[in-house]
Amino acid sequence: MIEIQDLHKYFGALHVLKGINLNVEKGEVLSVIGASGSGKSTLLYCINGLEPVQQGKVVVDGTDVHAKGTDINKLRQQLGMVFQQWNSFPHLTALENVALAPKIVKGKSKAEAREIAAQQLKHVGLGEKLDVYPSALSGGQQQRLAIARALAMEPEYMLFDEATSALDPELVGEVLETMRMLAEEGMTMICVTHEMGFARDVSDRVAFFHQGVMEEIGPPEQIFGTPQSEHTQKFLANVR
Amino acid sequence: MFDYNFHWRPVMKSLPDLLEAALLTLQVAVLAMIFGIIIGLCLALIRLNMRGPLRWLASTWVELARNTPALFQLFFFGFGLGAFGLHLSPYMIVLAGLTFNCAGYLAENFRGGFQAVPDTQIRASRSLGMTAWQAYTRIVIPQVFRIVYHPITNQMVWAVLMSSLGMLVGFRELSGETQFFASRTFRIFEYFAVTAVIYYVIVKLILGASRLLATRLFRY
Repeated sequence: MIEIQDLHKYFGALHVLKGINLNVEKGEVLSVIGASGSGKSTLLYCINGLEPVQQGKVVVDGTDVHAKGTDINKLRQQLGMVFQQWNSFPHLTALENVALAPKIVKGKSKAEAREIAAQQLKHVGLGEKLDVYPSALSGGQQQRLAIARALAMEPEYMLFDEATSALDPELVGEVLETMRMLAEEGMTMICVTHEMGFARDVSDRVAFFHQGVMEEIGPPEQIFGTPQSEHTQKFLANVR
Repeated sequence: MFDYNFHWRPVMKSLPDLLEAALLTLQVAVLAMIFGIIIGLCLALIRLNMRGPLRWLASTWVELARNTPALFQLFFFGFGLGAFGLHLSPYMIVLAGLTFNCAGYLAENFRGGFQAVPDTQIRASRSLGMTAWQAYTRIVIPQVFRIVYHPITNQMVWAVLMSSLGMLVGFRELSGETQFFASRTFRIFEYFAVTAVIYYVIVKLILGASRLLATRLFRY
């Protein structure tokens, strides 16, 4: 379980997250929506410790992410992350991209790591592209490669930071399809997204962020059907 | 048309000596490059990551190496240090001068290389549980190496050609040796013409080897 308690984050004088309280249960799919700059992505970075926090805490399966003694590299193995800019490693083949972390972080043998990698790439539909370099892959394929790379660490949770926002429109579908497949397999997911269709159809809960505050959270029917907050209503009216 | 009789025989007779001197040229250039790459990498990392006196020192090094003639840098290690009673051998003067110069230029290449690799590559690596060291050595440096590979090749060529300044501090590398024979025989044109060919061939070989290596190293 991920527990977020009274989380505050500042970038200099800028107050980006203003006291977030949120629990995400095992097996849950949570979509986080809201305008750009509302703090959605920052929340993800705080969850896996890529950004320090100024107040409050994030607890993952009982471990305080930002506590001094925490082995953050170990904890991050539980938290797979997929970025908006997919960040594939350009100097490695698809297989090497996925096999690297299991090998050097988890200490798997080379053969074992490659087997895991091949399996995960097949899983996301890239079984034919094992020896291809990222430059020869489309954006959608690179994003699925990034998903396979995160999955190869066998994480308990997956964090998606606007995974489809940088993609050409015709490539969005294949990535959403892969995310949907993970959700159906029971993966615990937090998806920061602008894809309202995905948020509505796949999530168990949807959270709406506005200027660093989580204004509203609830099942998709509630958020999209009868939003309570005025900001949520306005936001949804604009994206529709 | 012009009454100059070419005399190639003395040149041919001293060709073995010239080729031996060419090896010395290559040796000093390769050593200067090896030290230059190590120091240049350190200078770049200092300038990118540190503040205070060390950073100031690194910036001064880079600026002096790039903004003054290479010959003056050689003279500094020869006559400059000599004025303070520190006398280096001609070999050491050239090695030190070239290393100083190469490190300065390479530092800037490395700096550009590091800046060309997006921070998000480090973030992605760290998100997979890699340590900062692993992210640098496995993800960042291999990409930097590719970016600076051709500039390094250029610098290597430059080091070979620049080592010819060694003859002005009494170093008998290829140019110094040529000058020595030329002044003994007065076949100045012939000697320098042959030496030019030797330089040309050395550089050609370096470029060819570099290209061959690149196709093996960089498949992406």
